[in-house]
Amino acid sequence: MAFEYELPNPNTKNPTPNFGEADLVRRSASSVPAPARQLTPVAKLIDVSKCIGCKACQSACLEWNDKRAEIGTNVGVYENPPDLTPEMFTLMRFTEWVNPETQNLEWLIRKDGCMHCEDPGCLKACPAPGAIVQYSNGIVDFVHENCIGCGYCVKGCPFNIPRISQVDHRAYKCTLCSDRVAVGQGPACAKACPTHAITFGTKEEMKQHAADRIKDLKSRGYQNAGLYDPPGVGGTHVMYVLHHADKPEIYAGLAKNPRISPLVEIWKGAAKYFGLAAIGIFAAIGFVHHIVEGPNKVSPEDEENAKRLAGGGRS
Amino acid sequence: MTAYDVESGDQVHPGDPVKVDRYTGVARINHWITAACLILLALSGLALFHPWLFFLTDLFGGGQITGMIHPWIGVVLFFSFLGLFIRFWRANLWKREDGTWLARLQDVIAGHEERLPEVGKYNAGQKAVFWLMSTLIIVLICSGLVMWDQYFAAYTVIEQKRIAVLVHAAAAVVIICVWIVHVYAAIWVRGTIGAMTRGQVTGGWAWRHHRKWLKELVSRNS
Repeated sequence: MAFEYELPNPNTKNPTPNFGEADLVRRSASSVPAPARQLTPVAKLIDVSKCIGCKACQSACLEWNDKRAEIGTNVGVYENPPDLTPEMFTLMRFTEWVNPETQNLEWLIRKDGCMHCEDPGCLKACPAPGAIVQYSNGIVDFVHENCIGCGYCVKGCPFNIPRISQVDHRAYKCTLCSDRVAVGQGPACAKACPTHAITFGTKEEMKQHAADRIKDLKSRGYQNAGLYDPPGVGGTHVMYVLHHADKPEIYAGLAKNPRISPLVEIWKGAAKYFGLAAIGIFAAIGFVHHIVEGPNKVSPEDEENAKRLAGGGRS
Repeated sequence: MTAYDVESGDQVHPGDPVKVDRYTGVARINHWITAACLILLALSGLALFHPWLFFLTDLFGGGQITGMIHPWIGVVLFFSFLGLFIRFWRANLWKREDGTWLARLQDVIAGHEERLPEVGKYNAGQKAVFWLMSTLIIVLICSGLVMWDQYFAAYTVIEQKRIAVLVHAAAAVVIICVWIVHVYAAIWVRGTIGAMTRGQVTGGWAWRHHRKWLKELVSRNS
């Protein structure tokens, strides 16, 4: 059975969100009660082999999120803008790669953006309660009113995705169109993609669809075609079909084995507790020492000795 | 005679009790600016260090402002401490008796000052605090600049920023512990705080804790 590409049109009659606060599984710098229900995990699948680099996804993203990127300058590359920005949550990255086996020039186009990790490094690093949340369907979202703009998420992210706005000093990234998904629609980029290189559905459906695509690619000679759903971050809710899945790094530096940096793990794990414990222990030692030893007071003899030494007498 | 241990402004006033000028007004102002900065930095830094302490951001007017002013306070502290460093570094150079003093740390802690060598303006503990503070402040300002994305995001790569946040956090924990030692010592050794508030200590205090310094000052007077 072929995958149903068309995403449903909006239900204009009942726009009540079908998930929300009660479905949080993680909340930055705070805890959440275990949700009463488990939403079906969703995923966006980006089939790199079908992408024509039209940037309709970027336009749709700007449109839906009501962002107006500044008009830039041509810096001599196809990327426009040249990097992700606080306004541009997704970016087509272009790579000209010569396949050493065939000597063919391959034009690799990868739609970059938040991968919606199952184990999100941004959320782990975030110090502001509730600024980054994860829903049980896998969507990782930034809650801007709680964001303090510290940039810790940038250090936590294994994919270099979040960008801090110099206007309101808050972090921005792809939301997986959580607002659209909540009312039964797919992400704006998937809706706009003319070649169905971007598809959206449950994670299971997307994996099956990817398997079909990979089979097709293999039959066309792409022996290393495969799915990019990196286990180092627990899998992602944005996945790629790559024709050269053995070399993800050729796609504009896509991480081969992404994981939360051990530095971030230590910083947000052991350091946090050892640090507070060390401070507490030092304070406690001082307290106990004072109770046991009492104050170190100057005696009248000390004053006498000083007087004798200073040779005073004048008073 | 070596004026090694004596700082400008140090002066004995014979009388009953003997009074000794230990810190000039400028040195005290310099110290308290640094102290205020250090406390504000610790509070704002801890607020972002552990979620339990995030409530401390309320003291500064919210998380955004906390994150914004922390580095600026750091800059003020750096220059303020630089003033203290220039003022105090000579008297904090390590001397022979400091090794002996440190070796008898048990007597120090037990308050058996009669078993310790006579020391100059600063004892080995104070010198250790001074040099630790100096080193840690350099580590903190350097790692802090790497983390200061508002102005310096473009100068380092993310991996360097990750190292910086970890180093910054670790150095901050150590400097807070050093600060606790510093404050506790000032409280425990009665008569010390006056040195930084009124600028003076009694002759008896100087005789008990910094006899070499007192003797040097007296001999300079005569």
